[in-house]
Amino acid sequence: MERRAWVAVLAVALAAGLCPAGAAGQGQAQMTFWSWRGEDRAFYEGMIKQFEAQNPGTSIEFQTYKPTEYSTVLSAAMQAGKGPDIVHLRAYGALQPFARPEFLVPLEDKVPELKTFARQWLDGARSRADGMVYGVPFAVQGLVIFYNKKMLQSAGVAPPKTWDQFIAALKALKDRGVTPLANGGKEGWTLEIAMGVLGPNFYGGTNFYEAVTRGQTTFKSPQFTEALAKMQEIRPYMSSGFMGVAYTDMQQLFINEQAAMFIGGIWELGYFKSQNGSLDIGVMPGPVARAGDAPWISSYDDGNYGVNARSANPSLALKFIRFTASREWGQAFTDQLRQISAVPGVVIHDPQLQEVQTWMRHATPYIMLVGFRWKNPTGSELIQSDLQGLFAGRMTPQQVGEDVTRGLSTWFEPFRGQ
Amino acid sequence: MRPSTWAGARPSPGPRRLSYRLSRALWVAACLAPALLLFTVVVAYPILSAMAYSLFRWDGIIRGGFAGLANFRRLFGQYPYSARMLTAFWHNVWTFVLTMVIQNGLGLLFAALLAGRTWGAGAYRAIFFMPVTLSLVIVGFLWQLFLNPVWGIVNKGLALIGLARLTLPWLGDAHTALVSIVLVNAWRWVGFPTIVFLAGMQAVPDEYLEAARLDGAGSGAIFRRVLLPLIAPQVNIIVILTFIGAFNWFELPYVMQGVTGEPNHATDVLGLLFYRSAFGAVDTGNPDVGLGSAIAVVMFALVLAFSSIGAVYLRRREIEA
Repeated sequence: MERRAWVAVLAVALAAGLCPAGAAGQGQAQMTFWSWRGEDRAFYEGMIKQFEAQNPGTSIEFQTYKPTEYSTVLSAAMQAGKGPDIVHLRAYGALQPFARPEFLVPLEDKVPELKTFARQWLDGARSRADGMVYGVPFAVQGLVIFYNKKMLQSAGVAPPKTWDQFIAALKALKDRGVTPLANGGKEGWTLEIAMGVLGPNFYGGTNFYEAVTRGQTTFKSPQFTEALAKMQEIRPYMSSGFMGVAYTDMQQLFINEQAAMFIGGIWELGYFKSQNGSLDIGVMPGPVARAGDAPWISSYDDGNYGVNARSANPSLALKFIRFTASREWGQAFTDQLRQISAVPGVVIHDPQLQEVQTWMRHATPYIMLVGFRWKNPTGSELIQSDLQGLFAGRMTPQQVGEDVTRGLSTWFEPFRGQ
Repeated sequence: MRPSTWAGARPSPGPRRLSYRLSRALWVAACLAPALLLFTVVVAYPILSAMAYSLFRWDGIIRGGFAGLANFRRLFGQYPYSARMLTAFWHNVWTFVLTMVIQNGLGLLFAALLAGRTWGAGAYRAIFFMPVTLSLVIVGFLWQLFLNPVWGIVNKGLALIGLARLTLPWLGDAHTALVSIVLVNAWRWVGFPTIVFLAGMQAVPDEYLEAARLDGAGSGAIFRRVLLPLIAPQVNIIVILTFIGAFNWFELPYVMQGVTGEPNHATDVLGLLFYRSAFGAVDTGNPDVGLGSAIAVVMFALVLAFSSIGAVYLRRREIEA
């Protein structure tokens, strides 16, 4: 009796396994979309609903993974010839392991919309090996300084434009007993961001970027080390014990109006506004050396959408990818997520984002991410740790320049023997 | 069924005793097979495949050609890997030494105190053991809050008792970061050696202690000459476990100091170096399975070699004692 019951259970289980749910209806297409952006789920599911309504019989499942585990999960799946139909991809160096025809579909001739995208963002979706574009850039990021308008006003400080005004403003705030900068040094990447904001106006933005990525100069050049020396001048205006201040501490200090300025990326804006509605936020570019100079804004492609080369529904997946490259998608992305879409022609309504977009006409590549994250040891890995040494007073700007150049010379030929 | 019946059913080629032995061996093999299979799949295969991976060139996540010892040459000979490897190794050594002295020293002290007829020993035992049961992520998070330079209670407490000049960014200062997380680790684990030592001490017959006392030995002498030698097996197991724990240390540094052992690699240990080399990190490096596997092999060899030597040496001492 008992045995017969087990056989029945087994038979039912087997039968269920043999008939996947999707096989029932004609013309049904099920696709999956993998992402690490769990916090943007509402936006993606809304856009997927739109696509499903326009393409009856299609259903797309949006599946998210932890950001720190995403690449590992994705690479394991891709290597096994599996993985999702539509893939959320990172940009530049972190894209490279996947940017090959056996994993992803090259998109340049399949997605005509890409022709209108700015070249500098498409470079974030390009393979270094074959030069083809494997993704549609979804957001562009710019690095700026946020400030608390009320705190600056009550200290009688106008938003600074030049470096001297900047230091004077920080000093005025400190004299009033206000912590001028929320920034800390516990996590090296936040220092790399600070370098992205404060550095380019002193090392010479894109001119230096071009020279150093072509190997005409190195990070030992005085242009770069003097920019680092400038950066050191902000140390007295960070909170006491700033080397122990982590990223979330920085955010809390700024959101709770315990610090007047926050050097960071434009992606913070939405979070700041959602956490403290009464916070009156101003945005400014990194201060320039001389009055009248145009400030450089370090910018980069944040990531891309791609199509799995092994997708069971390649034409439908491509259709979805073309949707992500449309003005409609870009507009919704900017409106709902308060981020700058990479799709050209999107109208920005948020006043601060609008300002940043204008400044980004004078964009410079975020130097280590765009230029030196292709191989290990990456420029980011080296500079993050070295900036901690610099800010803790354990390294000089020259030592930082030497260490970065030396580390990169293991794979960046032009630095060999320098 | 007796094994010999089964073997006896076949025409035996040799003398009967040999066939009996053979059948016995077959039986033993059959009984061991499931465990052996499990061990092979779960333990031996991953270790061997990591060894194999370390001998190949890797392009991101794709295995390239055979590379010989190139990954090991990079690890030991090429900057910055050679420097990172050495830094991480010394941090592991330092962690072992500090943990032995602080965590296990305190464990021994607590055990000695609890072994006597202290009032409320049961409650203390529970309290000392409590942090061991806490989730590691919670411990890491809790102590990050306590040690926070802006609103942490450690610095606030120091300021309150007039020691404001001693307030430091404990986890962000390269001089204090490693010691801080070793102390947090000791806070969490101290209950474990305490319980193990206590169990050993309670197994020592009272007559021995009484005899020593009658001979006029003080409590210090009793501890050193009677108690300690008799709990040698417990001490040995704790030393070996501490060694393995220190050299495979990963979770707490990862939770509290990030995958690069911040700041400025001040809390970098071999486990972190392995993890970020093999799998990469979102904001820093790309995966390099070859180099990561080479580090794993070196770690495995280190732990295996030292813990076998240690085990043999300590065991011998145990017998002599």
